[in-house]
Amino acid sequence: MNNFILRTEKLKAFYILDMQGTQKIVKAVNEVELEIEENEIYGIAGESGCGKTTLLKALFNSFDPPLHLVGGKIFYGMGDRYVDGTSLNQEDKRKLRMEYISYVPQGSMSVLNPVLKLKDTYQDFIASHVDGKTRSEAFEIAKAHISELGLPANILGAYPHQLSGGMRQRVTIALATLLKPRIMICDEPTTALDVVVQRGVIQLLKDIQRNLKNTIIIVTHDMGVHANIADRVGIMYAGKIVEEATTELIFNSPLHPYTQFLINSLPKFGDKSTRGSVPGSPPSLADLPDGCPFHPRCPRVMDVCKTQMPGFVHPNDRHRVACWLVGEG
Amino acid sequence: MEKLLEVNLLKKEYTLGSLIARIKLTAVDNISFYIKPAEIFTLAGESGCGKTTSAKIILGFEEQTSGAVIHKGKPKTRKERAWITEGVQAIFQDPFTTFNPLRTVDRYFFETVQNFKLARTNPEAIALIDRKLKLVGLSYEEFAGKYPNEYSGGQLQRISIARALLTDPTLLIADEPVSMVDASLRMSIVNLFKKLRDEFGVSVLYITHDLATAYYVSDRIAIMFRGNIVEMGPVEQVLMAPRHPYTKLLRESIPEIDPKKRWHDTVSLTELEHDEYLRNGCKFAGRCPVVMEMCKSVVPRDLVVDDVLVKCHKYDESYNS
Repeated sequence: MNNFILRTEKLKAFYILDMQGTQKIVKAVNEVELEIEENEIYGIAGESGCGKTTLLKALFNSFDPPLHLVGGKIFYGMGDRYVDGTSLNQEDKRKLRMEYISYVPQGSMSVLNPVLKLKDTYQDFIASHVDGKTRSEAFEIAKAHISELGLPANILGAYPHQLSGGMRQRVTIALATLLKPRIMICDEPTTALDVVVQRGVIQLLKDIQRNLKNTIIIVTHDMGVHANIADRVGIMYAGKIVEEATTELIFNSPLHPYTQFLINSLPKFGDKSTRGSVPGSPPSLADLPDGCPFHPRCPRVMDVCKTQMPGFVHPNDRHRVACWLVGEG
Repeated sequence: MEKLLEVNLLKKEYTLGSLIARIKLTAVDNISFYIKPAEIFTLAGESGCGKTTSAKIILGFEEQTSGAVIHKGKPKTRKERAWITEGVQAIFQDPFTTFNPLRTVDRYFFETVQNFKLARTNPEAIALIDRKLKLVGLSYEEFAGKYPNEYSGGQLQRISIARALLTDPTLLIADEPVSMVDASLRMSIVNLFKKLRDEFGVSVLYITHDLATAYYVSDRIAIMFRGNIVEMGPVEQVLMAPRHPYTKLLRESIPEIDPKKRWHDTVSLTELEHDEYLRNGCKFAGRCPVVMEMCKSVVPRDLVVDDVLVKCHKYDESYNS
């Protein structure tokens, strides 16, 4: 299969902390295998502290201590060949970033430099990634890009604090798409935004994807956002992907008990029946339970769950789940 | 009908800018609402709509420009709103900043017990604390001597509710209690409010921007927009059959947990919130899909349509007939 744009093999990224001689290992990304296709929006869902953001950092090939790549490989599909991300040197990584793969970090409304006008931020960005552009050329590129995305061009003359949170978020997303990257990674792009603004941001992401035909990887704990934007959704729990399927399958026939909890705990309009939340709290990634990490909270726990981690079962070719309840097959 | 808390024509103005170029910003613009005993009342709206300012005024953290806060029939000045003795307690947005990270959480409980003389001996105090913790699904044994960082956000928020319950309050003022908590754990907090209302007759002023949990938990709801209450009434009517165009927009903008119900139309956003505050007439006129000429100059009246208060010219018979 050649149309995978991003593939990981048993990816392991741990935070290794040295605390007065004793090592503390936080297994934030633990043997994750992903195959993300071209021209799709892939959603990753999970509770806070399950390793979602670390997975994104790993996919972006950005390992800063204490985060270490412990094992596994990341492949980027470039044309007809795959490039092993883990073997790249710093200079190659730098070239890869923003042109091939771009990253919209969490809370990205606060990443803009507060003492620079937005046009200067754009100018800095263009100067460091595109060679031989003068100041006025860069300004023209920025202006054309901003209006292409349907944002008002006069915001380029504004300082970040003059814009609302939603507009700043959209400007950051616009900045990340300037070089037309093949993959865009968005970390909680709509968290902390109001519902109407959130809708505007989702609309912008959808428009970008439709125009560039690229891949967007979106992380959020809001299942409503996934239902609205994603083509496929992966559910992450304690550093592992536990279930992955098309959005329809995830929402209509979830198989993993954790996914079922996630979806059933959400209140719906027109339905006031009592809803429970997931019992207990997520495990510490530094001290994972044996076997399936969800077993202490699982209402249908069996003996085998306490000792062995289940492998993936494929109920059909667009759906995979790691749970003993689904059986081996 | 008995009213536990009533807010009457509350107004709060802030002045912005320097001495020369001063502008007045009305954060809360003559709002009135009331809360009945054993009722969950929601104030909902986007950020910057004045819902937190209203809560601050009710709690006595801020002085109102005009208007009155009436508790059990008696108007209260700001100083008298040291509510704690009268059974009003507050729960705040971020559980991580509610507690000092260098103090164990149980010390807050013992302090409250001491300040209100709720128990005479130590075992009595522990029994009281344990009882309140059980209500929120925790126990004293797993709680004593721990620091805030040892809990998750959801647990800490439940702990701060347990602390508020120590004095047996009749009204809880909860300012965005679930916005910092994971979606999967929100229900544990919201269900707790339901339980307190049904079993102990506690009223809750639930301030939120999350209409889905508001629908799930509350009896009545008020939708705020730029300092005004634009629609207020029973939650079934306001959220299932919204009348005000802004409520409609809000309601449609909540992502449904159903991949079949994706949005197809586009939405217009404001670039500067400032302009909407300073607008004459209806504050929503700039974005309203059914805007009329008069909306831009005349402030709409509060109209009552089938138990629901709507602030919109569209429903004003005296113009439309």
